[in-house]
Amino acid sequence: MSKKDFDVIVVGAGPAGMAAAYVLAKAGVDVIVIERGKFPGSKNVMGGIFYRKPMDDLIPEFYKEAPIERHIVEQRMWLMDDVSHFSMGIKTQKHNSEPYNCFSVLRAQFDKWFSKKVVEAGALLINETVVTEPIVENGKVVGVRTDRPQGDLYADCVIAADGVQSFLAKSLGLRKKITPNKVALGVKEIIGLSEEQVNDRFGIKDSKEGVTIEITGPFLKGMEGMAWMYTNKNSVSIGIGVIIDDLINHNMNPNDLLESLKNHPSVLPLIEGGETREYLAHVIPEGGYKSVPRMYADGFMVAGDAAMLVDSVHREGSNLAVESGKLAAKTYLEARESGDFSEKTLSRYQEKLEETYVLQDLRYYKNLPELLEEKRYLLTEYPQFLIDAMTEIYTVDGVPKPEKFRKIKGELKSRFGYIGLAKDLYTIWRKLR
Amino acid sequence: MHFLVFIKQVPDAAQVRVDYETGTLIREGVPAIINPFDKHAIEAAVRLKNQFGGKVSVVCMGPPMAEDALKEAMSMGADKAFLLSDRIFAGSDTLATSYALWAAAKQIIKEEGPVDVFFAGKQAIDGDTAQTGPGIATRFNVPLITYVVDIKNVDPEKKTLELVRLLESGQEVIQTTMPCFLTVEEELNTLSYAPLPYLIRAAKTSVKVLNSKNTEIEAEYCGLKNSPTKVRKAFTPPKRERGEMIEGDSVDGIINQLYEKIEPVLKTMGKVQ
Amino acid sequence: MIKQDISKYKHVWVFIEHENGEVARVSFELLTKARELAKDLGCEVHAFTVGDKVEQFADEVFKYGAKKFFVIEDPFLKDYITEPYRDAIVHLIEKHKPEVVLIGATTLGRDLAGTIATVLQTGLTADTTALDIDPKTKNLLMTRPTFGGNLMATIFCPDNRPQMSTSRPGVYKAIEEPAKGQVVKEEFEFDKSKYTKQIIEKIIEEGEKVNLGFYDIVVSGGFGMGSKENMKLIQELADVLGGTWAASRKAVQAGWAPQTRQVGQTGQTVHPKIYIACGISGAIQHQAGMKSSEVIIAINKDPDAPIFEIATYGIMGDVIEVLPKMTQMFKEKLGKA
Ligand SMILES: Cc1cc2nc3c(=O)[nH]c(=O)nc-3n(C[C@H](O)[C@H](O)[C@H](O)COP(=O)(O)OP(=O)(O)OC[C@H]3O[C@@H](n4cnc5c(N)ncnc54)[C@H](O)[C@@H]3O)c2cc1C
Ligand SMILES: Cc1cc2nc3c(=O)[nH]c(=O)nc-3n(C[C@H](O)[C@H](O)[C@H](O)COP(=O)(O)OP(=O)(O)OC[C@H]3O[C@@H](n4cnc5c(N)ncnc54)[C@H](O)[C@@H]3O)c2cc1C
Ligand SMILES: Cc1cc2nc3c(=O)[nH]c(=O)nc-3n(C[C@H](O)[C@H](O)[C@H](O)COP(=O)(O)OP(=O)(O)OC[C@H]3O[C@@H](n4cnc5c(N)ncnc54)[C@H](O)[C@@H]3O)c2cc1C
Repeated sequence: MSKKDFDVIVVGAGPAGMAAAYVLAKAGVDVIVIERGKFPGSKNVMGGIFYRKPMDDLIPEFYKEAPIERHIVEQRMWLMDDVSHFSMGIKTQKHNSEPYNCFSVLRAQFDKWFSKKVVEAGALLINETVVTEPIVENGKVVGVRTDRPQGDLYADCVIAADGVQSFLAKSLGLRKKITPNKVALGVKEIIGLSEEQVNDRFGIKDSKEGVTIEITGPFLKGMEGMAWMYTNKNSVSIGIGVIIDDLINHNMNPNDLLESLKNHPSVLPLIEGGETREYLAHVIPEGGYKSVPRMYADGFMVAGDAAMLVDSVHREGSNLAVESGKLAAKTYLEARESGDFSEKTLSRYQEKLEETYVLQDLRYYKNLPELLEEKRYLLTEYPQFLIDAMTEIYTVDGVPKPEKFRKIKGELKSRFGYIGLAKDLYTIWRKLR
Repeated sequence: MHFLVFIKQVPDAAQVRVDYETGTLIREGVPAIINPFDKHAIEAAVRLKNQFGGKVSVVCMGPPMAEDALKEAMSMGADKAFLLSDRIFAGSDTLATSYALWAAAKQIIKEEGPVDVFFAGKQAIDGDTAQTGPGIATRFNVPLITYVVDIKNVDPEKKTLELVRLLESGQEVIQTTMPCFLTVEEELNTLSYAPLPYLIRAAKTSVKVLNSKNTEIEAEYCGLKNSPTKVRKAFTPPKRERGEMIEGDSVDGIINQLYEKIEPVLKTMGKVQ
Repeated sequence: MIKQDISKYKHVWVFIEHENGEVARVSFELLTKARELAKDLGCEVHAFTVGDKVEQFADEVFKYGAKKFFVIEDPFLKDYITEPYRDAIVHLIEKHKPEVVLIGATTLGRDLAGTIATVLQTGLTADTTALDIDPKTKNLLMTRPTFGGNLMATIFCPDNRPQMSTSRPGVYKAIEEPAKGQVVKEEFEFDKSKYTKQIIEKIIEEGEKVNLGFYDIVVSGGFGMGSKENMKLIQELADVLGGTWAASRKAVQAGWAPQTRQVGQTGQTVHPKIYIACGISGAIQHQAGMKSSEVIIAINKDPDAPIFEIATYGIMGDVIEVLPKMTQMFKEKLGKA
């Protein structure tokens, strides 16, 4: 090897990169993290849900010191049309005591805290520096080039955790071109309210407890997407993500979509009078398992969003990022024993991921993106039927109940046909198998 | 040569908003930055170091989080960083601040050797007094050159240099001996994009903390109690209400409307009969 | 902190700033204000300065009500250089012990005041926009903007004398009230070898010094004016209105206007009856210098420009189109066509 400045270069200080750097630094590896933002999380100003488990394995009881907004005790799921929503969900005290299930966090603060831990563990963090390309010698990744003067760095191994657009993975030809039917555009806002307002409006007793609401249904006009609301301490994160192709086909602009969401009669009372604090648009990979690339090359591994590790069904991403970052680091540590960082050794990384929930979850839903692409009506018509049925049942209008049920059954038949219904159910079952 | 730059960490003024109900500033979530003028001071010192050799030290008085400002200064090329942090400094006015920074600078000189050029920003964007630099210079009894926009003809042998400074009516060129003390304008230079090795060195180097225990700072000159000026009250200026937009089909129509609205004011001034 | 016997200090002193044989207008503004303070304190207004030939200012100074004019004259003080000026002034103050010292918050004044206060080990309040006497304690209450004009602070200096303040030009009106005054000449021995700084060149950008605060109509141009040539459009409107023209910092930095015409936190503060902001976005640092104008008229093509938040009248439009028409129409209306 020609030169070596560090053992490992991690590109990107998101959850994936920092998890990798943390494990490596703790093991005494000389690791440098390069982040293009002013500080980790600075480009990621908004709130989101952070899952406890993978992080807790890394930094036990991290939630005791990390900047957490609220721990989530209730998760609601809304099916929504233009005038109604049908709500399901779970609120449980099991999630109201340590070690908790998940948290709402403001990434700008959370990532900054995480980066402090990473630096304390012994990693070097370099901000405001953009990695422009991998340095490849004899077919092997030996370092990265940055946009700074005298900006080349060499190492045994490069871990690309540079997010969904991953320039590094693309330039090494690992990733297929993302097509607009495989990515969603997410827009989010933070709406400032007082702590009391958040508590009252979401039915929370204690300011430490939080609620999430995931929203889908016919209000999306047949586009594939999802909206959500999370409670922070004194604000609400509200956002909506829609497959880019659908936006184009429906000639919709995500900002307008978010505006109409905010003005929906079910949503407005929850956020009314609040002041928009921050706004962010970002791409979410939704291709699922089938879009996950080969995640290694000679001297190179890819983690987190860069490897398309997002579970769009459950809106999980940061946990998969942490898990994959950890495993990339562990793979490096094993490779170090033999001093062999070849593609073959590093391929263990992807095998490891296959053994965990990360790729198992994604594999489970692997056919879903195509199914939904083929059968968009699954997202509108069934939810609409449910909403209508519920409305019918709860409307007291002198119509006898048996007649109501008959009517609903009739609707089901006329809208989908029993055969169609059976087919759809079968397809879903088959695709998820 | 040895250059010592005084830097202040300030809230990013562009993001500070006013809470008109309580009459206070909303600083929550406002990022702390290096005072913009001070960045140009660091840049100037680093350029001189690169040209003439030597080193750049930076010092910042502030709470522990001011370490971020010092780290950033090192990323810009400063070699040594000192954080002057102690509870006894709380509430200092500029007389007490310049005392503490002067005493800290003397400690830095003890450790790092005599200073040729001291640098400060023209003014801090929060306190806005522009008094700290002149205060420190006076205590060192070295020539003070404020509002510097250019540094020329540095002669390390003869220990002289020339400074171009802004005047109300133009500029003047001053020649002075070293050591001297400069307060600088943003026009002095454009910030350069620092090379990666600077950033790596900054990430590896720790900031040295100075306080009343490891310097010869005397508490009787520090803090609120020993500051001659005191803040009696702070308040936000009354909010100016948004006025009206004058609209119309033609520019002429709009100007006519505007004229009618301001005619009474013009009359009171005797501009129209 | 050094303890002082503050009862020994008396009278309100005003520094007479001068350059090229001319007194800066702010000195007269401060003399006018000092008369009010002296009345509340039951003492006199005194002026002071140092320089080469400065006794000649006596008549003007007495016209604004000073009862005494303290001077140190020395050819060595021909040009303003911080350190010899400081040493001579400190000598005057230590000898005569004024209770209050007011200095214009100009480039020169702010360079000088900080170093004087440090030698005297007294408090200095920067860049004030209001001065009052506390009726109970007779302390000077000095109010100043901080955070680029977003926060006002009233500062006082209870235990040290003199109470010093630099005050922004343009805040007080200079009004004559002639007094019979007396010139007091003092001597100061300079150890010239002590001063190692010299002026080698002065580049004066504009013949006249513009004191924007002197005008009741200010037409101001920003980066939206597009070019130096276009700045003529605001000059023409200012001429028609009998006002003056000014600029934002960005326009100054672009080289379209001299620094002397900059309005804002790091420029001048103005309080005209009418302020017309043309192609100025209205950054807080700009607002800091013009927010207290009576009527603010803003012309900007961006409906979301912050300047509209504080404008009395807003016109959404292109300055290049609006200004010439405005000049033409106002010319007719004001009977100047
Ligand atoms: C609108 C939206 C809402 C979401 N909500 C949730 C949620 O509630 N819960 C959840 O678990 N997940 C959520 N996700 C997904 C989650 O944000 C991501 O999966 C997660 O952040 C991935 O982490 P990462 O470290 O792989 O990438 P990122 O967090 O994107 O980090 C990548 C980092 O690399 C840096 N970088 C990129 N390129 C370069 C370069 N060339 N040089 C240097 N640095 C570079 C970036 O600045 C960034 O800091 C959401 C995503 C979106 C878009
Ligand atoms: C509302 C308010 C009003 C105030 N008014 C006054 C007043 O009128 N008079 C007064 O004496 N004090 C005043 N103070 C106190 C003053 O702000 C502090 O003493 C402050 O520490 C220094 O003054 P400044 O922010 O004006 O800095 P400036 O003097 O404007 O700063 C100029 C330069 O000095 C250097 N510098 C300043 N502070 C530091 C630091 N902490 N560490 C390193 N370098 C530094 C930097 O290079 C900076 O660019 C006021 C404080 C408040 C909150
Ligand atoms: C420490 C510090 C001190 C500062 N001090 C000052 C100060 O004293 N004074 C000051 O002014 N600034 C000051 N600034 C700078 C300030 O922050 C702004 O950058 C500056 O005021 C912007 O100037 P502007 O409005 O001319 O330019 P811009 O912000 O670029 O605005 C130009 C405006 O013109 C409009 N426009 C463009 N073309 C046209 C057209 N054809 N017709 C109509 N409108 C058009 C645009 O919509 C825009 O609103 C300071 C900044 C700092 C950091």
